[in-house]
Amino acid sequence: MSRTDPSPSDDARAEVLARVRAALADRPAAPPASRDYRTAGDGSPSLAADAPREALLELLAGRLVDYHALVRRVPTGPAAPAGPTNDASDGNDGNDGNDDGDIAAAVADALTQRGARRLVRPPGLPAGWLAAARGIEAVDDEPPLTAAELDVLDGVLTGCALAIAETGTIVLDGGPGQGRRALSLVPDYHLVVVRADQVVAGVPDALARLRAAGRATRPLTWISGPSATSDIELHRVEGVHGPRTLEVVLVE
Amino acid sequence: MTAASGPAGASPATFLGLPAVVPPTAPRGVGMLRGDEPFPVAARRALGDAQLRRNLGKATGTIRGRRARVVAELDDWDQLRAAGAAIKDDVLAHLGDYLVQLEEQVTARGGVVHWARDANEANRIVVDLVRAAGATEVVKVKSMATQEIGLNEALADAGVAAWETDLAELIVQLGHDRPSHIVVPAIHRNRAEIRDIFAREMGASGGVPAPPGLTDEPRALAEAARRHLRQRFLSARVAISGANFAVAETGTLAVVESEGNGRMCLTLPDTLITVMGLEKIVPTWRDLEVFLQLLPRSATGERMNPYTSMWTGVAPGDGPRAFHLVLLDNGRTATLADPAGRAALRCIRCAACLNVCPVYERTGGHAYGSVYPGPIGAVLSPQLAGVADNPSLPYASTLCGACLDACPVAIDIPSMLVHLRAKVVDAGRGAGHPPKPERAVMAAAAWTMAKPDRWARALRAARLGRLLGRRRGAIGRLPPPLAAWTASRDLPLPPAETFRDRWSRQRSGPDGPDAPDSLNAPDPLDGPNASNPLDDPDAPGARDLQDARIGQDAPGGRDAPDEPDERTP
Ligand code: SF4
Repeated sequence: MSRTDPSPSDDARAEVLARVRAALADRPAAPPASRDYRTAGDGSPSLAADAPREALLELLAGRLVDYHALVRRVPTGPAAPAGPTNDASDGNDGNDGNDDGDIAAAVADALTQRGARRLVRPPGLPAGWLAAARGIEAVDDEPPLTAAELDVLDGVLTGCALAIAETGTIVLDGGPGQGRRALSLVPDYHLVVVRADQVVAGVPDALARLRAAGRATRPLTWISGPSATSDIELHRVEGVHGPRTLEVVLVE
Repeated sequence: MTAASGPAGASPATFLGLPAVVPPTAPRGVGMLRGDEPFPVAARRALGDAQLRRNLGKATGTIRGRRARVVAELDDWDQLRAAGAAIKDDVLAHLGDYLVQLEEQVTARGGVVHWARDANEANRIVVDLVRAAGATEVVKVKSMATQEIGLNEALADAGVAAWETDLAELIVQLGHDRPSHIVVPAIHRNRAEIRDIFAREMGASGGVPAPPGLTDEPRALAEAARRHLRQRFLSARVAISGANFAVAETGTLAVVESEGNGRMCLTLPDTLITVMGLEKIVPTWRDLEVFLQLLPRSATGERMNPYTSMWTGVAPGDGPRAFHLVLLDNGRTATLADPAGRAALRCIRCAACLNVCPVYERTGGHAYGSVYPGPIGAVLSPQLAGVADNPSLPYASTLCGACLDACPVAIDIPSMLVHLRAKVVDAGRGAGHPPKPERAVMAAAAWTMAKPDRWARALRAARLGRLLGRRRGAIGRLPPPLAAWTASRDLPLPPAETFRDRWSRQRSGPDGPDAPDSLNAPDPLDGPNASNPLDDPDAPGARDLQDARIGQDAPGGRDAPDEPDERTP
């Protein structure tokens, strides 16, 4: 930031920093934090570090259900690729075409049950995912839809960057198939596809993976269940301003 | 227990190596850090409100139980907690460097950073930004910092309407009320009261009115809030938020929330203004792995809150086109200047200390007079605003230690309270009038001594006595809360045994719960039917509370469910 013109904020900046220096004249010691809690790669309290993928998915599904997300599990054939494990957070780019048939069936089923007809389609959504959906109008975000336009649509279908099994969290980073944040916020129904290789054990794994993939400074949305409030007598009510229904297609 | 001798009377301003000029505290006449009346007066009134106490007891009991369950799920909770404390201490020790780093990163990614020395300056900055954006109304995400500085009032004075969008904040705003809890600000309202407020005020406020025949079902109330705010979200041009964390390394801001009102505000408007206390920094991206585990579990008792938003500067094509970050001092550097008080700045505002506090549970948040109630408020408000302006708050505690056990960043609130009580006395002496907190201390002492096990626990809290001893030399030999009494009087006291003997003489039986206390002082915190869940295992919430503490102290604490207060000094 250029500071050629001294402004009140510049004065304030100098003064606050001087205050901080003065306040710390005793030079307090602050030994480095010890990271002896579970860090990335250590598994999670409910999962050993070497737990098989099925256990990871089982935990994620359980946690999602716990917080009242709807979950559809899509088994894939024995030929399903294992997928990359370290830099898989670049969204659903459609490379894993093997799964698309099963995903499409699950998506079509979900949309039918929901009764959704007009759906936001984020840029980069694998074409196959909507292949089996009948009577669905997919609305593209081009040119960008206004908030009011989004508000009258029935829902949105997205991929995700990754999911955290221990906490039942889905992370969106705006990558292909996810779109900008408003798309997964304004419509009342969010259907999201999670691939097995996108599931990590715990919060430390998620942060490490986002960083390794260069996604830390993107707009990120961490979603754990549908929007909810506990503001009335600590009574949990699902569905306030965010999508009131979160449905997850978990591809195994 | 021996009284340590030390540099008695040293104050931060004069102690060797400490600054001669202590940074200023938050200014008067703006914001919400000072009560209109002393804590005991406000507390006494709150205690007379049976409805309030029912609401509070139910809500805090529920949240304690939830927290206990999810904390117990993590076998590395103690390690996370220690790391959280250490990371925040590092932030405080190098705060200047981290602030500059944060500014660089936010700026490099298209944000604009503003510095505010105090509430007035922050309010001015925000008002100017809103005007520059040409807006006459703003949507707000729940934010402690903006309440602390009285931003809504400043905006109103400038002709800008500020709409609170968090459900609880909406209840508070529509009810022309004040928040009473950090995480659930309308905790003092029950569903029937909320229904009445919505039915009466939603339309009157100029927004979408509540539907006719609105019931007090929480679901119906949430739906009414959704409809009331929907249009405001979709048409808002400026949003104002706080921040839970700011990563110095990357310039990333994080807001955790539940309802989606945060996402709406952070995503839809063109301009986003975030007001953040200086201390909200974490050094590195990786540090979020600690706090994103500690905060949701401590705050709402969830494994993860429904929504966490993170953003770094401006992202073209996604969200606001202008991002302003206002870094707020308002007494934080004054707090930082006190080595014995600065750890209060570790606070991540989870409110776990409120939910376990026997005093908070009875009085509610309003009695504390500040936007920060409960144990953290008792140590933070007097430091931000100066002890002279909040002299009774450091006495708003029984020093039972439950807050320390619950705190995810291990802030030693009890020791800090004792320290601040001494500062209250010093401040009173400097101002030429005698210390007034005595009455509150006596009440706390009476409360402690009203039951033998409370007294026994007070005796065990020996390290507080030692802390006092360091400061006061030979006088500080009594355990709290009587130690505080020594601090307030600055006189040699009879030895502890005298008090105990006197109490024993006067109590009526072996258990003596109904005996008049020896000090014959009215106890503002112990009405005739009141029971402290710490003491009465059958009291509502008692089991939850103990469970919470067991989870906290795992694994060792699991073996000692009957001694929840026993800590290693
Ligand atoms: S002092 Fe600790 S327990 Fe209390 S709100 Fe702050 S972080 Fe939470």
